[in-house]
Amino acid sequence: MKNVLPVTIVLVALFALWYGAAALMNASLQEDAFANAGDTNYTTGELVAAALEMERPKLPAPHQIAAELYKLVIETPPTSKRGLVYHAAITLEETVIGFVFGAAFGIGLAVLIQSTRILERSMMPWIVASQTVPIIALAPMIVVILNQFDITGLAPKAVIAAYLSFFPVTVGMVKGFRSPDPLQIDLMRTYSATQGQTFAKLRAPASAPYFFASMQIGAAAALVGAVVAEVTKSEDGGLGARLLAGSYYGQTVQIWAALFAATALSAALVGLIALAGRIVLRRMAFSR
Amino acid sequence: MTQTPHAETTIEALHHVIDIADLSLRFETRDGPVQALSNIDLKVERGEFVSFIGPSGCGKTTLLRAIADLETPTGGALRVNGMSAHEARMNRAYGYVFQAPALYPWRTVADNIALPLEIMGYPKFERDQRVAEGLELVNLSGFGKKFPWQLSGGMQQRASIARALSFDPELLLMDEPFGALDEIVRDMLNQQLLRLWDKTRKTVLFVTHSIPEAVFLSTRIVVMSPRPGRIQDVIETGFPRQRPLDIRETPEFLEIANRVRHGLRAGHSYDD
Repeated sequence: MKNVLPVTIVLVALFALWYGAAALMNASLQEDAFANAGDTNYTTGELVAAALEMERPKLPAPHQIAAELYKLVIETPPTSKRGLVYHAAITLEETVIGFVFGAAFGIGLAVLIQSTRILERSMMPWIVASQTVPIIALAPMIVVILNQFDITGLAPKAVIAAYLSFFPVTVGMVKGFRSPDPLQIDLMRTYSATQGQTFAKLRAPASAPYFFASMQIGAAAALVGAVVAEVTKSEDGGLGARLLAGSYYGQTVQIWAALFAATALSAALVGLIALAGRIVLRRMAFSR
Repeated sequence: MTQTPHAETTIEALHHVIDIADLSLRFETRDGPVQALSNIDLKVERGEFVSFIGPSGCGKTTLLRAIADLETPTGGALRVNGMSAHEARMNRAYGYVFQAPALYPWRTVADNIALPLEIMGYPKFERDQRVAEGLELVNLSGFGKKFPWQLSGGMQQRASIARALSFDPELLLMDEPFGALDEIVRDMLNQQLLRLWDKTRKTVLFVTHSIPEAVFLSTRIVVMSPRPGRIQDVIETGFPRQRPLDIRETPEFLEIANRVRHGLRAGHSYDD
């Protein structure tokens, strides 16, 4: 209960800042609108109120986004292409498939890398380099290349999601596999355990806390990848397609609603993994 | 007649669990080479309890680790059970108890004790039996299902001793196993260890920096000194296998403790 007050204060401050910014940014636009309508007789209060209710504001007010979300999530049937549930489902599918493959690939790489220092030195630069290329430049190329092999639809987007998610998983899992202290490793040597046994009985279980942290970051990254991929190829729908459509037609409220939907989706995925992590780690006696 | 020397070495090899001749070990560090061990000569017979005592940096832990094939000597000869240290490790000739219990936190106490048995491929029923025996041996029966964090430091170290003994190695290597524990717990564990040594007839090599502990436990005390790590003195104690804690107040005990103290002082330069 001690946390309620600070959280409330931060939330209130955030909303105050947002409303202030929305009023300031939209005021000049609203002044023009009043002038076009031939209305010159308005108070500042009326200007601010109107600036927070514009159809295409520069920055929509929180209640506008909430209303848009209510309209698109609750009032629109989930199967309708106009609603956000339909598009969120598309994004979720790409994210989950991409994430599963990305995480598996990332863990596989980490297993290889932890086995030998030489492999780490020869592979790590390429893995890092793969992430320095801006995904927004790479995504269209991946789509085009995969299209050459008749791979279209969901697959290219899942590939891009996987591309973004494997990296944090690899880095985190290498660290996790290397986390046992020297004494724990020496112990395995005194039993003349094989490298495989040391991995199965020590390195893998010791990496459990790192595993869940890596999965959380990887899942969030996969969602970013899926959204970027959807912007690249917007005719298939998805939250990224909604972002693009919103910016085409200056529908800022729609953009923000899609943005919030994507954030909620990401938070739900990360939260779910965190919950699973808490249960597993407690059972493994990592946390008491 | 030509067979005699060969027969002799074989008998000697059977006799000596540890046979070290002119052993040296140098670490290459960033600040240049460090001579951790030099001119080490030592033979240990089956069933002995040998303590290594000395100030930090005298190489007592390094020597134990070399015997365990966790460090590689840079010169001299080292035989364990008549084999090279590497062969001995591959043959699982010894159980090692570290300064810290090094229990795996995600395993229960019973599963920790079963760890070497799993690695060595013991069948399930034999593992269970040996774990039960091991828990009994170190007075931890009823704690098998607990996790390490639920145990006190002394109990954790006892569990690690049970783990080292679970696969019944002839040789027990102990590196300051009770160093982190308080005096009272230490006294109790020393007595338990003696009883265990008497019962199992194992050979024990025991690193410590406590004089009373070394004198109380050992059949022989190896006093070491630093820079470079070398053997300063080897002292036979001659106490019976079963000895009560009171033995520490006898004149014989105090005399030996004094000789150890002298050895330590002789090997120590106070100008640095």
